[in-house]
Amino acid sequence: MAAEQDTKPADREVDEFTGTATTGHEWDGIRELDTPMPRWWLWTYYATVIFSIGYVIAYPAIPLVSKATAGLFGYSSRAEVAKEIDNAKQAQSQMLDQISKKSLDEIRKDQALYQFAVAGGASAFRVNCIQCHGSGAQGGGIYPNLNDDDWLWGGKLDDIHSTLKHGIRFAYDDDTRSSEMPAFGRDEILEKGQINDSAEFVLKLAGQEHDAAAAERGATVYADNCAACHGEQGLGDPEQGAPNLADAIWFYGGSKAELVAQISNPKLGVMPGWQNRLDAATIKQLTIYVHSLGGGE
Amino acid sequence: MTVVYDGVEQVDVEAVNSKEKRALYAARVKVFPKRVSGTFRKLKWWVMLVTLGIYYVTPWLRWDRGEFAPDQAVLVDIAHRRFYFFFIEIWPQEFYYIAGLLIMAGIGLFLVTSTIGRAWCGYTCPQTVWVDLFIAVERWVEGDRNARMKLDKAAWTSDKILKRLTKHALWLVIGLGTGGAWIFYFADAPTLLGDFVTFQAPWIAYSTVAILTATTYVFAGFMREQVCTYMCPWPRIQSAMLDEDSLVVTYNDWRGEPRSRHQKKAEAAGEVVGDCVDCNACVAVCPMGIDIRDGQQLECITCALCIDACDTVMAKTGKPRGLIDYATLRDYQANSAGQSATTGWRSFVRPRTFVYLALWSLIGLGMLFVLVTRDRLDVNVLHDRNPVFVQLSDGAIRNGYTIKILNMLPEPRSFRLDLTGITGATMTIAGSDALASTSTIVEIGADKLRALKVYVRAPRKTLSSGRNSLQFTVSDVAGTESSSYVANFEAP
Repeated sequence: MAAEQDTKPADREVDEFTGTATTGHEWDGIRELDTPMPRWWLWTYYATVIFSIGYVIAYPAIPLVSKATAGLFGYSSRAEVAKEIDNAKQAQSQMLDQISKKSLDEIRKDQALYQFAVAGGASAFRVNCIQCHGSGAQGGGIYPNLNDDDWLWGGKLDDIHSTLKHGIRFAYDDDTRSSEMPAFGRDEILEKGQINDSAEFVLKLAGQEHDAAAAERGATVYADNCAACHGEQGLGDPEQGAPNLADAIWFYGGSKAELVAQISNPKLGVMPGWQNRLDAATIKQLTIYVHSLGGGE
Repeated sequence: MTVVYDGVEQVDVEAVNSKEKRALYAARVKVFPKRVSGTFRKLKWWVMLVTLGIYYVTPWLRWDRGEFAPDQAVLVDIAHRRFYFFFIEIWPQEFYYIAGLLIMAGIGLFLVTSTIGRAWCGYTCPQTVWVDLFIAVERWVEGDRNARMKLDKAAWTSDKILKRLTKHALWLVIGLGTGGAWIFYFADAPTLLGDFVTFQAPWIAYSTVAILTATTYVFAGFMREQVCTYMCPWPRIQSAMLDEDSLVVTYNDWRGEPRSRHQKKAEAAGEVVGDCVDCNACVAVCPMGIDIRDGQQLECITCALCIDACDTVMAKTGKPRGLIDYATLRDYQANSAGQSATTGWRSFVRPRTFVYLALWSLIGLGMLFVLVTRDRLDVNVLHDRNPVFVQLSDGAIRNGYTIKILNMLPEPRSFRLDLTGITGATMTIAGSDALASTSTIVEIGADKLRALKVYVRAPRKTLSSGRNSLQFTVSDVAGTESSSYVANFEAP
């Protein structure tokens, strides 16, 4: 021991069992070995230090006042993302080209194109349409349900496409489809009693509970004022956006009070046209998607 | 050189990892295993040939699966999420077969270890096999133990540089071959080889080869016995697997001790001496750098080369072979106590091995049964969540489903989709012009999944409020396979 200690500084006591120097401190009789770092660890550490110098030179690293140093390679994560988006667009371009060129019917018949269009339409729907029509396209309130088989303006591919492109009662598009149900109450076209009777008649058309005598009186009122658009049997007319009154679906509600309210002072739905906001291929994909929701004719 | 017996020289060697010298912290001392020949060496060559053969050749075997599936016998097709093994094709959801195989491998390892000890370590472990191969190359280039030790100490002459360059080049080539073979399990081997040499393969192929080349080169060329001693958990676990009836490489000290370097002289003087002539041959050949005469050790991989070395010496000294031999602890203790015991097959038949074997077979048979009876058709039905139902204009209720049909055979098939369970319910498929019906034909491509958007409408009067139940049945039109799925039908 004595000989060993001679070769070390006086305060560097050497542990008897391991032969390793201690740190020279002692806590309640416990001394700490001053074991050197493993060499591989140290070299790895030095390697990372050297690597970091190269990294700082090659890549953006040091933040300056308005931006960071650019680095020799000119790397930018933003440019990387832009490139990836470009690549994704490039990958889709072949399908989108075909969608632009082909008719809606042809797209629907081509299994691969159809799947692509449904998927693309679904994602465009999530961005542009769910605000009104809901995430499941189930509508609600004054916005129609797109899943069912009752269409105000027709459920064929071309009808849906036209609605999407030009909108409904959309003032900024000359090709928009429009119709206006007269406000029979507000504009005093009909008496209150007549409105009540015609509402009873509509209930009868729909096969619901009604006052038979009032409905009888309402039949004439209906024939004179309503049948031109809604049809004699109340089956509606998609050309004019006149809803079917004889089915089980009520857009603005099917209770007597709601019917009276609609006849007196009708709500008229407005949908914007999308042709100036979405490209033609996206509108076609949206058409295919909405048509695929189950009610497409 | 000391001659310890007629024709037997004492090798000047010290066990670098011998018991007394084994410090907790120590730089590695190089091991220079000496060449040896004998039964176990021969066995090891054969095992090496077979294991390396399997590894290198397997990706090149072809297996015809028809035009819709790859023809590589063993292929892990990660891109298409399929695993092919000869006549078996596994989809990701059937991964439990792999889990089962791993469990079988584990129990198999227990079984082997409890009977013949660390045979895995000594003969078939990739580390052992590649180290063995690297040492063979080293010996071929630089010569046997003494020549290698001399070369190691020698100055850097052109001869040494040439030999070292040759050795490392050969090692790297083997490493490259090792990493190179690995990637062929994951892609069509001939195509990938063509792409690889023309630098058209994906970067992952090159990086995998680079990493495996490096690990092979470093593990088998430089780290060697340290991998087994310090990195591998198995030597630690095996102590729980071995018992007094497991075969381990044993120095029969009851026969060898007291060892004597001057056996003839000692015998002439009437001294009691053992069979061990202390020639250190067992130490010189050990790739782990241990002295087996210290007894069973964690470092010993039971490669049995010391048995061969000692047998050669025993033949020269005219003593029976097996001074160092495979023996069970029970037999060793019996022999030490003066009884005569040899290890026979009976030591393998005991409850422990029986339980392992039974478990192993049970899992194997279970997997075989599942494999033989497994479906190659699967149906999943997802009910639309939003909206859960749709009111239609005639008062009927419609529910939407996504039906996923998996055709897991490598040929296109036609399936009939039937709807039952609700009176008057009919279905239509989105994108199809077929009329609403309760039965429709669906074509599905070879080895494909097809998702169908199916709308089922049912008259209000046959539905009860809330949850109703219906059943989709998919059956193979040409075959017998069919699969059913009971789904909910929601009504207001």
